[in-house]
Amino acid sequence: MSALPREAAPFLGFGRLLRRYGFAIAPEQVTGFMQAVTLLGPRSMNDIREAALATLAPPPDRRAEFEAHFQSHFYGNTSAVSASEADEETRIKDDGGADDEQIKAEHSREGGELSSALEQLSTRDFQRNDNGLTAFRRKLSAALPARRSFRTVHTHSRGKLDLRRSLREIVSADGDIPSPLLRRRQTVPRKLLILIDVSGSMKLHTADYLKLAHAAVQGTDRAEIFTFGTRLTRITTALRIRDRDRALARASAQVDDWDGGTRMGPTLLAFLSVPRFSAFARGAAVVILSDALERGGHAEMETAMRRLSARAFRLSLATPLAGDPRFRPVTAALSAILPVLDDLVDGSSVKGLTDFILSLARPAPAAKTIWKRVS
Amino acid sequence: MTRADADQVAASPEAVAARLATSRYLADDSLATAIFLAIHLGKPLLLEGAPGVGKTEAAKAIAELLGRDLVRLQCYEGIDAAHALYEWNYQRQLLAIRHAGDQEVDIYDDRFLIARPLLQVLRAPQQRVLLVDEIDRSDHEFEALLLEFLSDFQISIPERGTIRAEALPIVILTSNRTRELAEALRRRCVYHWIGYPDAEREAEIIMLRASDVAQTTARAVASAVQAIRARPLAKPPGIAEAVEWANAATILERGGSPWPEAFRRAIGVLIKDEEDLSYIAPELGRIVEEALG
Repeated sequence: MSALPREAAPFLGFGRLLRRYGFAIAPEQVTGFMQAVTLLGPRSMNDIREAALATLAPPPDRRAEFEAHFQSHFYGNTSAVSASEADEETRIKDDGGADDEQIKAEHSREGGELSSALEQLSTRDFQRNDNGLTAFRRKLSAALPARRSFRTVHTHSRGKLDLRRSLREIVSADGDIPSPLLRRRQTVPRKLLILIDVSGSMKLHTADYLKLAHAAVQGTDRAEIFTFGTRLTRITTALRIRDRDRALARASAQVDDWDGGTRMGPTLLAFLSVPRFSAFARGAAVVILSDALERGGHAEMETAMRRLSARAFRLSLATPLAGDPRFRPVTAALSAILPVLDDLVDGSSVKGLTDFILSLARPAPAAKTIWKRVS
Repeated sequence: MTRADADQVAASPEAVAARLATSRYLADDSLATAIFLAIHLGKPLLLEGAPGVGKTEAAKAIAELLGRDLVRLQCYEGIDAAHALYEWNYQRQLLAIRHAGDQEVDIYDDRFLIARPLLQVLRAPQQRVLLVDEIDRSDHEFEALLLEFLSDFQISIPERGTIRAEALPIVILTSNRTRELAEALRRRCVYHWIGYPDAEREAEIIMLRASDVAQTTARAVASAVQAIRARPLAKPPGIAEAVEWANAATILERGGSPWPEAFRRAIGVLIKDEEDLSYIAPELGRIVEEALG
C-alpha cells in the first residue's frame, strides 16, 4: 500500500481529534469523508464542512461541539471549543457514548495500595448496607410488568394457528397435512424509567436512590435513569459499570445540580420535549423519586405530569414524606397531580421502594382512591 | 436509467438542488450535498429530523430526479423478513402440487415468489429507489437485518440461492429520532439532519406546494409559524402543517372571512393538540397580526 499524500493528513487528523472528544468515528467514515471531499472539489471550506457533516454524522445534539472542533482544526480558531453552551433553557445532559477510555485510564492510574484500600471499602460497604439490593437486582427483570409484543414465538399449546409455517410444512411434505403448527404473541418486559430528584430537600435520600438505580440498571437492560433538580441528566450509561462505587462516582460527577433547588415542572417538560427521552416513557413504568416540593407555581408540573401519565404505562411518585404516618397529599402541588398518579407511595426506605418496584406488575387501585380512603 | 446517467443528472450539488426544485422540492445546500454524495459514493442516505420537515417528500423528489420508481417500506414494531424481503405464495404452491398430479412441478419457481420491497429493489436497482421510512419504529432485530442488506446488497433465499444486485441501488432511510439508531447503521450511511427552514425558505416552500396561496399570505404564514415554533409546544407544527394552514386560510378568506379571522379559524390544521391550542390561543391574535403587519 502506498503512503497517503501529504494533503490527506488534516482529514485523518480531524477524525482522530473527534475520537479523542468521544465522537464514535469509524475508519470507513474517515475514508468516506476523504472520498467525499475529493468528489466535491473541494471548491471551498464549506464543501469540506458539508462533507464532514454528511459522512462523519455527528449526533444533532452535539452539532455545536462538532462545529467548534471543525473551526479549531481547519481554521486554527481554538476559542470556539469551550464557548458553546447557551444558558436560558433547562440544560440537558446525555452521557450516551462519551469517553469510555476515561474509565480505563482511571482504572490504570490506581496504584496497588490505593485500589486495595478502595476495594476493602467497597466490600465492607456492601456488607453493611446492602439493604436487600442484591436480591432486588436478581428479581427485577422477571418482576417487571410485561406487554405483548408484535413478534410471535413458536409454541406447542395454547396458541393460534401459524398459517405461514404450517403451509410451508405442507408444501415441503408435497401436500400431506401434518399436525398444524401454533404460534403465540411473545411477551416482553416493559421499560422501567426512574427519575431521581437530587435537589437540596432530598439530600438525605439521594445516595440510597442512586444505589437503588445502580441495582436496577444492573438487573435489567430495560431501565433508564435520569436525575433532575434544576437540570436534567441521563446517567444510565454511567450506571452500567458493574462496580458500584466507580459507577456511582462517575454518575455523581455527571450531575451538575446537586442539592440545589427543584424545578420539577420545567425539567420534566424538558425531558418530554426531547423525542428520544420521551420515547423512554412511552408504555414504561415510570417511577419518580421526589418530594414534589416545587418552588413557585405548580402549573408546569401539573402539565408535565399529565403528559407523562398519558405516555406511561404506570406513573408512580415515591416521596420520603409519606414515611410519616401523618402524611396527607394536601399541598397544592400534590393534590393537583394526585388524579393523574397511579401510585403515591412511601419512598423513605430502600426496602419499601424495592418492594414497591418489584410489585409494579400487579394491579393496584389508583392513588386517588387510596388516599381518599385514608383522609 | 443507468449509473452513468445518474451521475450525469447529479453532476454537482447545485445541479441536484436545481433538479429537485423542478420537482417542487426546495433543498438547502447541505441536503443537496448529502444527496450528491450518497449517489456518487453509492452509500445509503439517512435523513433524520422532527416529524413534518419533509423527509419522505425528499425521498420522493430524489426518485423523481433520477427518473426512477419509489419503493416504500414503512417500518413498524415487529416488521420482519417476510414483510421486507420475500415470501412464498403457499396457497398457489399447494394448488400447483394438486394440479400437477404425477408430473414434476417446480414449486420454487418465480411465479410463486412474492417480492417484498427489498427484493423488488434488488432485482431492478437501476429502475427503483428504496425508501425505508421511519426506521426508528422498527425494533433492533429488523435493524440488524437491514444492516446486512445495506452492506452487501444481496439476499439469500435458501431454495433459490443468493440474489445479488447488479448495480448499487439508491437507498434512503428516514428516522424521527424517537430512539437512537445503531451506530453501525449510521456509520454506513451518508447522514443529514433536516431542521426547520428559516422564514424566507418556508415561504418559498409554501408558494411552491400550495399554488393558490398569494405571496403575502405565504410570507405571513411562514413568519407566524416561526413564532409559534419558538413557543414550548408539545408538538411544534411541521412544514406540511404550515402549507395546510396557508391553504385552509386562503379557502376561508374566499368564503368571506376577513384576514386575521381566517387564520384564527384555520388554526386546527396547524396545531393538533388540545393543550397546545389552549396555550397558544391568547397569543394567536398578536402573532398573526405581527406576521401580517
